[in-house]
Amino acid sequence: MKVGILRFPGTNCEYDTQHAFTLLGCSTEIIWHQETSISDTINLLVIAGGFSYGDYLRSGAIARFSPIMKAVREYAASGKKILGICNGFQILTESHLLPGALKRNESLHFISQHHHLKVASDNNDFLRNVPTGTIVNIPIAHHDGNFYIDPESLQELYSNDQVLLHYCNEEGTLVNPNGSVDSIAGICNKEKTVFGLMPHPERAMESILGSNDGRRMLEGLLTT
Amino acid sequence: MKVLVNISLKAGVLDSQGKAVHHALDALKFDGVNDVRVGKQIVLQLDETDASSAKEQVTQMCESLLANTVIEDYEIEIVS
Repeated sequence: MKVGILRFPGTNCEYDTQHAFTLLGCSTEIIWHQETSISDTINLLVIAGGFSYGDYLRSGAIARFSPIMKAVREYAASGKKILGICNGFQILTESHLLPGALKRNESLHFISQHHHLKVASDNNDFLRNVPTGTIVNIPIAHHDGNFYIDPESLQELYSNDQVLLHYCNEEGTLVNPNGSVDSIAGICNKEKTVFGLMPHPERAMESILGSNDGRRMLEGLLTT
Repeated sequence: MKVLVNISLKAGVLDSQGKAVHHALDALKFDGVNDVRVGKQIVLQLDETDASSAKEQVTQMCESLLANTVIEDYEIEIVS
């Protein structure tokens, strides 16, 4: 299994992501945004977190027009899997590969903490190892994680099982750290091939660092 | 030609910055402020000299990059 990891100017989670997938036994390749193609040998493409282009204008807005993004759109259209973490999720919504948008956190603060999440649907590759209702502990670290979508599209997300994760407390009661519509932390596209979430599963790979719940999530993406 | 683009969150999309500024104005005893919305302004200098053609070009810029029309509205003002 080979994982491609996109790097834009300002991306800062590419090595964490590489470390996570190396732990899972994958080979990895970091792909610079000036590249114009994605190798056929890559089975999973990850858009890593960070602050692409300094978050100027809007988070993810400028990265969307990087040379590599044409290849990313083609890669998505071919039905191969893409995972966008944090800034990667923002880039995917700005690129319209995922619906909705990510606004400034309601508190206006940057939030960096471990957070509990509840799996809303395991009917997808990403969460196939983490049954619906499971509570996991995964770090969040973002300023613009306030997920917005209009009410009609929100209903569509639910009816297609596209809502993946909700923010919750340790007991599983939904809570809302950043103002997201319905406490949503992650979604996928209708085809269930493009996944986006604000929390960082690649930072939850080893219990000694607080949690290894990210491992089961990422493992789901490795089986074809 | 100078063109101003004013971008703000759509009505109905909660503007947290506007709310925070509103609270601060209240705290400073500026009474009678009913609502505050915080947006951003982008100032463009274009080679174009025809106003309607400039507006058309800037509309395309807004739709593709300057605004995220999922959450934002934009207004274009031709200055000179």
